[in-house]
Parts: sequence; C-alpha cells; structure tokens
Amino acid sequence: MAKYILKRFGAALLSLFIIITLIFCLLRLMPIEGYLGPNVDKLSEEVIAAKLAAKGLDKPVPVQLFNFYRNLARGDLGKSWIYRENVDIVKIIKPKIKISAKLGAMAMGLSLLIGIPLGAVMARSKGKWPDKLGTGFIVFLQAAPSAVYFLFIQMYATKGTGLPMLYNDSKPISWILPIISLALPSIANYGMWMRRYMVDQMNQDYVKLARAKGVSNKAVMMKHVFRNAFVPMVQTIPSSLLFTIMGSLYVESIYSVPGMGGLLIDVIQRQDNTMVQALVLIFASVGIIGLFLGDILMVLVDPRISLTGKEESR
Amino acid sequence: MSLFRKGAVMEKASEGMADQLEKALRDSLPDDLTPEQVAALDPSRFEMAEYDDTLAEKTGYSSYSYWRSTFRAFWNNRLARFLLVALLLLIAFTIIQPHLPGQRPPAQIYDFDDGSVMRNLPPSHDFWFGTNAVGQDLWARVWSGTRTSLLIALIVAISDNVIGITIGILWGYVRKLDAFLTEVYNIIDNIPRTIILILISYILRPGMATMIISMCCVGWLGMARFIRNQILMIRDRDYNLASRCLGTSTGKIMIKNLLPYMVSVIMLQTALAIPSVISDEVFLTYCGLGMPKNIASLGNLVEEGRKMMMTSSRYQLIFPALVVTFITVSFYLIGNTFADASDPRNHV
Repeated sequence: MAKYILKRFGAALLSLFIIITLIFCLLRLMPIEGYLGPNVDKLSEEVIAAKLAAKGLDKPVPVQLFNFYRNLARGDLGKSWIYRENVDIVKIIKPKIKISAKLGAMAMGLSLLIGIPLGAVMARSKGKWPDKLGTGFIVFLQAAPSAVYFLFIQMYATKGTGLPMLYNDSKPISWILPIISLALPSIANYGMWMRRYMVDQMNQDYVKLARAKGVSNKAVMMKHVFRNAFVPMVQTIPSSLLFTIMGSLYVESIYSVPGMGGLLIDVIQRQDNTMVQALVLIFASVGIIGLFLGDILMVLVDPRISLTGKEESR
Repeated sequence: MSLFRKGAVMEKASEGMADQLEKALRDSLPDDLTPEQVAALDPSRFEMAEYDDTLAEKTGYSSYSYWRSTFRAFWNNRLARFLLVALLLLIAFTIIQPHLPGQRPPAQIYDFDDGSVMRNLPPSHDFWFGTNAVGQDLWARVWSGTRTSLLIALIVAISDNVIGITIGILWGYVRKLDAFLTEVYNIIDNIPRTIILILISYILRPGMATMIISMCCVGWLGMARFIRNQILMIRDRDYNLASRCLGTSTGKIMIKNLLPYMVSVIMLQTALAIPSVISDEVFLTYCGLGMPKNIASLGNLVEEGRKMMMTSSRYQLIFPALVVTFITVSFYLIGNTFADASDPRNHV
C-alpha cells in the first residue's frame, strides 16, 4: 500500500516538474511586447534593457528557471507587474482562494446531492420518461456551450426573480446564481456517469442472481447496484473538488466573483505575465494533485484493485 | 468493412432468419383447415420433391450491408433524422446566403439619411435581426459568423483526426514508442484543457491560426488514446498474425486491417469535436484571446451580445446564442445516434 502511494506520488511529482518547466519555457517564447506593454516601440534600447534587467529577464532561460525554482521553494511566486504593481502574488491570491473555495464547496455539494440521485433515478427507470427527460437535460448541458447558457441564466434569473446580478461577499443571496451555474455542468456529468455505471452493473450476473433469489428491487438497487456503481465515481471527486475550489473561470468572471478563476481572465486581459504564469502553474498543479488523490481514494474504497500497479495487457 | 462486421452479426442474423422462415410457413398453412379448404389447396404441394444435387449445395445468405444497416438504424431515430435534415439545411443556407439577392455585406456600417449611424436598431422588416452597436446588419453577421466558426470547427476536427489517428496508431502498434507516448499523454492530459487553450492562445498572437493550433494541441488526445486502446485489443488477433506471417507490410496492416474497425468511432469523434470547438471559441473570445473583433464569428457575436445583455437590445445576444445552441446540440445528438447506429448489435 505504502509502496504504491509512494510510487504514484513520485510519478505525480515528476510530471509536475516537467509541466512547470514546460510552461515556464513556453512563456519565455512570448514576443517582447508581452512583457513591456504595447508601447514598446517608443522606448529606447537602453530603457528596454534596463526594464528587462529589473525583472531578471536579461539572463538566459536556464538561469531564470533556476531562480524561479529557488523562489518557489521559499513559497514565493514572484511579484505582479501590472495587475497590482510590485505586490507579492501570494498575497494577492490568498484571500481569493478562500472565496473560490467557499463557492466551490457549496456548488460541489449541490451537484453531488442532485447529480447522483438523478443518475440513480434515471438508471432505475431506464427507457421510461424520467430517463428520457433526464437524458435530454444532460445532453443539453453537455452539448450547448456553457458560455452561452450561463449568460441566459444570469439574464433571465436576475430579471425573473430579482436576485442580484453581481456577486457580493457580504450578501449570501447573491451567491445563489454563481453556485447554481457552477453546479449545473457537474450535475450533468455526475448524472450521466452514475446512470451509465448503474446500467452496467444492472446487467451483471450477481444482480440477476440477487433477483432470482427474490431480493426486492429496492434492495438490489441500493445494496448492490448503487454501491458498486459509486466506486468509479469516487475517483473523480477529489479533482472536481479541487477544481471547483479553483473556481470556474467563466462563472466567476461574469458574476465578478473576486476569486481565482476570474483573476486568471483578468490578468490575461491585462497581459500581466508573472500573474498568468503563477496562476497557470497553480491550475496545472491542482489537476495533477487531484488525479493523484483520486487514484489513492479509489484504492482505499475498492479492495479489488490491485496495489502492485496495473498489469499491462499486451 | 462489412466483412469484419459480418462475422459478428451472422449468428444473430441467421437466428432471425430461421425465426422468420418458420413464421412464414406457419402463416401460409394454418393448422385447422376444413376439408373443403384442404381440397382447394394446390395439388403440387403434396407431390414428393425430387432430390437435386445442385439444390442441396445451394447456400443461403443474408444481403447484409454494414453501411445500409447503419443508415437504416440511424434513420429510425426520428429526432436525429429531423436534426440532421435541419442541420444540413442550415449549413447549406450559410453557404449560399451571401449569393442570395438582397443580402447585405456583414462588415458594412449603415447610416441614416441625416448621417447618424444606425446603432442597435431592433429587428425590423429591413434588418431582420436588427443592427449591432456599430451599426452593422446582424442578420448578415450571424450567417457570416456561422460560416467562420463552422470552418474553424471543420479544420480542427480534421486535424484532430489526422494527428490523433497517426499518433494513436503509432502508439498502439510500435512498442518502443509506447512508454514515451504514454508519458506525453499523461502530462498533457493532467493539465486542464482550458488552461492549455488559454496558455497557447496567450503566447501566440490572437487570430484564426492561433485558435486552430491551440485547439489541435488538446483535441488529438482523446482520439489518440481511443485508437491506441483499440489497436492493443485487435493487433494480435489471428488474422493480423496471419497477415504478418504472410509478409504484409506494417503500413498495409494498419490501413487495411486495423483502420476499418475504427471508422464509426472516428465519425463520432469528428461529430463531437465540432460542438466542443465552437464552445471553446466562445470561451476564448470571452477571455480576450479570440478572433480579431472585425471578423464575424459566433464567439465574437456572443461576446458583443453579452455586453448588450441587460439593455433592451438583448436580441443581439439571443440570435447568435440560438444558432450556437442549435448547431452544438444537433452535432452532439447526431454524433451519438450515429455511434449507436454503427454498432452492429443494434442492426438486427
């Protein structure tokens, strides 16, 4: 067990290292205007050189990378250039993570509470109208661009119900729409997978045996099908939890939630390179950490999964 | 193509045929006949049949065609049939729209007689979808934008296919590359898709080419993994071993033996790539990383409309949004129905 976790941890760490290096190098490929703003043509050569030197950009890329890692080890992500000039990025991010985490956790809870039962009900009534209705709902949420239906929710919900249009940290009533918007795509996702896994399980022999023994439909569903179908769902929970904490970029941005996701779009639009670099790295790391935790959780929940690693089928 | 599928289906097909034959016999000759009815029967029915060598050698076959059955199964789904026709009409319309009489150019700005610009006119007899904040005809812009976005979607879908299939086949077939490509896949797959899109569009200069490149960078992953898994499953089946023993070149095995298995999935992935490309385009445009503002695309139109969302000019959001939603949902549903229909288990 410990060996498996250690091995998995090592792999996660390695890909984290590769991704950070890759992203760092990619961002150095940007044209010079990306670092000095649009008025670069009007600056003299000496000013440009001085500005680059002040930001440590005149050194070769490997040296920059080394400096970056050294600072990272101290928990220093660098300073913002444009968004809030010369303020530590860590300082900017800290209060924003809290807000994103609060909304994200609530949205996650909501989507689990609705999505899992939705999938279960659909699987139980496979082929009948609740299933068809649910499928239509899920197909729409999955296919239509969320960027479009979020706007419609914002537009019609604020008009129809009088809920505030923009987020306000001190008024919980203004949290409702962002939370619903954050939850909707995950509801569709959970509902779809839950239904699929349950339908798969319902065709298994052990379910047929249970039915043949005369176990009631309800007991079969709850004790056998649901439990087994829930195991693969567990794997995705840590990463979706971490991701909702990071906030959906789009939702936070349209409701002006002062969280992490909205921040990324903000700094992209203002071309604040160090901020983009720091945020992209954080988002990418969260992805890796989520996958790692999901794998570990899966092993803990399902005793049938072997700990010695997957045997490659050749 | 149909040859491979045939084997899987033959069993079920022959079962069905036997049932049908029995039923036809039963129907033609009911058990409880009155003597008059028996007398009225054709006497040839009671003659002994002669043994015929050639007839005994005759074998039955079903005229099963994979593609015909696939299309029949697809056509049986009423919703998908309706959406397919509607979508084809819409695509045809976007193509011929600029050549129809009385259409306006999408970039033209219209002025009133007194020289002021026709900004934000609501839909009217003259401007069917109204005009936008700059005074351009929204009707012309919606169709021109649909054309642009569909073109991007098509290019990305095709490139995804080409890259995904090539890498997937190499990944599955060439053992030396397996570990390397698996590692590359894991690294790219670990980063959230939107982050990669944003990163690449941010580094390169915004424009159509950038958008296509960034979407291709993430789009091939799913296809490559699927192809690789399929190939691992079928690569060592007997007929492939036989081909290899007979000295068929690897390239020929890949194209003739392996690729036909994956046609239906490739179609599905292509159909699903289009809605996701359009969604991504809308999203990237919102981030400020989309197409230049003067080119009409669905992303630009939705973004322009979003700014009018809370005013009385919200039709500027509603019209492009309806077109986007219709296109994405239709492609999604058609793709899924086609994938179901192409599964031979659903044919008999």
